[in-house]
Amino acid sequence: MSAKSAKGAKSAKSAKSAKKGGVVSADGPVEAEAAGGAKPDHVRQTERGEPVTVLEAIREALWEELERDPDVFILGEDIGVYGGAFKVTDGFVGHFGEDRVMDTPISEAGFTGAAAGAAHMGLRPVVEMQFMDFVSCAYEPLTNYIATSRWRKAGPLPMVIRGPVGGGVRGGPFHSQNPEMAFFHTPGLKIVYPCTARDAKGLLKAAIRDDDPVLYFEHKKMYRAPFLREVLPAEDYVVPLGEARLHREGSDLTIVTYGMMVHESQKAADTLVEEGIEVEILDLRTLMPLDEEAILESVRKTNRLLVVHEDTRTGGIAGEIAMRVSEKAFEWLDAPMLRVTALDTPVPYSPPLEDYFLPNVEDILVAARYLAGY
Amino acid sequence: MARGSGGTVEAVETELSREQLHEIYYWLQLTREVEQVLTHLYRQNKVIGGLYRSLGQEAGAVGTAFALRRRSDGTGDVISPAIRDLGAMLMMGADAADVMKQYMAKGDGPTGGRETNVHFSDYRKGYVGLISHLGVMVEVMTGVAMSFRLRKEDRVAVVYSGDGMTSTGAFHEGLNLAAVKKLPLICVVENNMYAYSTPISRQTAAESFVAKADGYGIRGERVDGNDVIAVYEATKRAVEHARDGGGPTLLELMTYRMKGHAEHDGQKYVPAGEIEEWEARDPVVRYERWLLEGDHATEAELEAVRDRVAGEVDRAREAAEASPMPEPAAGIDDVYAGDTGWTPWTRRAPHDPHEA
Repeated sequence: MSAKSAKGAKSAKSAKSAKKGGVVSADGPVEAEAAGGAKPDHVRQTERGEPVTVLEAIREALWEELERDPDVFILGEDIGVYGGAFKVTDGFVGHFGEDRVMDTPISEAGFTGAAAGAAHMGLRPVVEMQFMDFVSCAYEPLTNYIATSRWRKAGPLPMVIRGPVGGGVRGGPFHSQNPEMAFFHTPGLKIVYPCTARDAKGLLKAAIRDDDPVLYFEHKKMYRAPFLREVLPAEDYVVPLGEARLHREGSDLTIVTYGMMVHESQKAADTLVEEGIEVEILDLRTLMPLDEEAILESVRKTNRLLVVHEDTRTGGIAGEIAMRVSEKAFEWLDAPMLRVTALDTPVPYSPPLEDYFLPNVEDILVAARYLAGY
Repeated sequence: MARGSGGTVEAVETELSREQLHEIYYWLQLTREVEQVLTHLYRQNKVIGGLYRSLGQEAGAVGTAFALRRRSDGTGDVISPAIRDLGAMLMMGADAADVMKQYMAKGDGPTGGRETNVHFSDYRKGYVGLISHLGVMVEVMTGVAMSFRLRKEDRVAVVYSGDGMTSTGAFHEGLNLAAVKKLPLICVVENNMYAYSTPISRQTAAESFVAKADGYGIRGERVDGNDVIAVYEATKRAVEHARDGGGPTLLELMTYRMKGHAEHDGQKYVPAGEIEEWEARDPVVRYERWLLEGDHATEAELEAVRDRVAGEVDRAREAAEASPMPEPAAGIDDVYAGDTGWTPWTRRAPHDPHEA
């Protein structure tokens, strides 16, 4: 648990031993599997000490894992020559070849199920969903086959399903979803949802090296956001799954959140500090396993809890968190636990509708002031 | 080997040795006898849940698996049997006692009582247990074949399907992906005329299941599924095609499910006379007759095989019956790596919700 020491993402541990002993060389690939193309400039930013966006951090993580471990391969729609809908794998196929950066037919269930078969044989597939909205097409293999495999003694399934999520980009109901809770209820799946470039890279590497299936969510509004550019450690590092990150220390109330709402909560905290309210912000980073200890520790300190998520209200993670706190820290609470979430509708397309649908800074301010004054 | 109804027997050329032909007989007999014992156990209420038999279609599982590279060190071909492919599983190395333990939900079976019947896996021996959601195994086995491609291994993946499974979206997505990537996958469609109670006329408007191979741009072949040698020869061609990099084959086996979907199913939906008609084409009886009339075996040799099978099946049943049921809390761990499980506070002392 990292809440004590994690301010500024300091809990990111430096590299555990890489599986093949192959920490990435600045000179290029260490494995001979490559199809020959040179390592493009746009995956050399960290090597050069330049800041990277969240998208570039994800790209570097994928590149370095493909170099490190010949068992890792990527599959999905339009990820090869085209480089993916968001260009995450731009320039990969020329270097790693079509078998390791594999274009697939439009068949989310098909290639997710196939990834499981490859994982049975010892490979470590990374599936790209063009938009995470489409992961629902793979709900069947994910929840029935993949999530249960280890438990039913059919072996571990080390695999990652990653892709863009989230609203605020006018994508409409089928390119804006946050489908994490559809999987939170399924024992056997891990769920990661980073909100900084450093965590995006370290958590994706940890997910690829993890021996369980991991769903990895990338908020597309963060992909190229200038305010999230940062210089990453030059060395190979992972951020362990299951550890929340203390984003901001405060004493008056705790906001437990993740994804884009960490940054909205930070904006609210900047306003509240002028009103004499010190907000503590806990970034979950991993929803499953849930860092219950970090939540309880913060609540025991501030005695007030607000959960904020961009996901819709009913069945959202706020309900689960509130029940855990009720079970284990009810005596520490000085106010009711509250939540700020999206509305219980599909994600609307038109800007005025979508803005009304999404939780925003003003919602967080209202809820935080109410709690602080309770 | 005999074609059509069971009356006449024609000699067909096969390169299989006398010893191999006797081995095929052993597997057919073993499959049938294991299921016979399971039927007794079911009637004694010792089987938990349903019992799914392959009576009358054993030649499909046995004939196909006989054409595969069967090893126990993780270097052979890999199959995913459907519910009526017990024979193929036994041939890949599954233990008859383990199968019985699975059906009896015993604690020291391959899944420790967590999963049902033939839903269990052994990747070194080369079988991947199915789950109940039909079609997903076509996707999974496409991925197994994908791993062979990535590692440049000349291994073949085989997925078994009933006629009903072909109607799922997963069947299509998996087979299409394998076809596009030209992966070494053989999709065996065992057309036994019924999916539970639904006849094939209500499953597809296509003339045959093998006709669908054209739609995927892959090789297709249809064969008498009750002729074990014909099934073997057809599978051998599909295996060679896959190993040579030719891509998938859809192999349709024409057979018949002599029993209901599961033991409880009284088959009232089957037209009068149909079962009797297929009884005359019983694949085990046909094969016995072919062996004897073609001088491939003597009655004494076949008798010896049957005795051997009877002894093995008896020992398997004794082991399965002696095996314990699982401890109640034995199902809580291993949801994740290193996971030791969670116990509700109401089942721990002292009772304190803070500790759950």
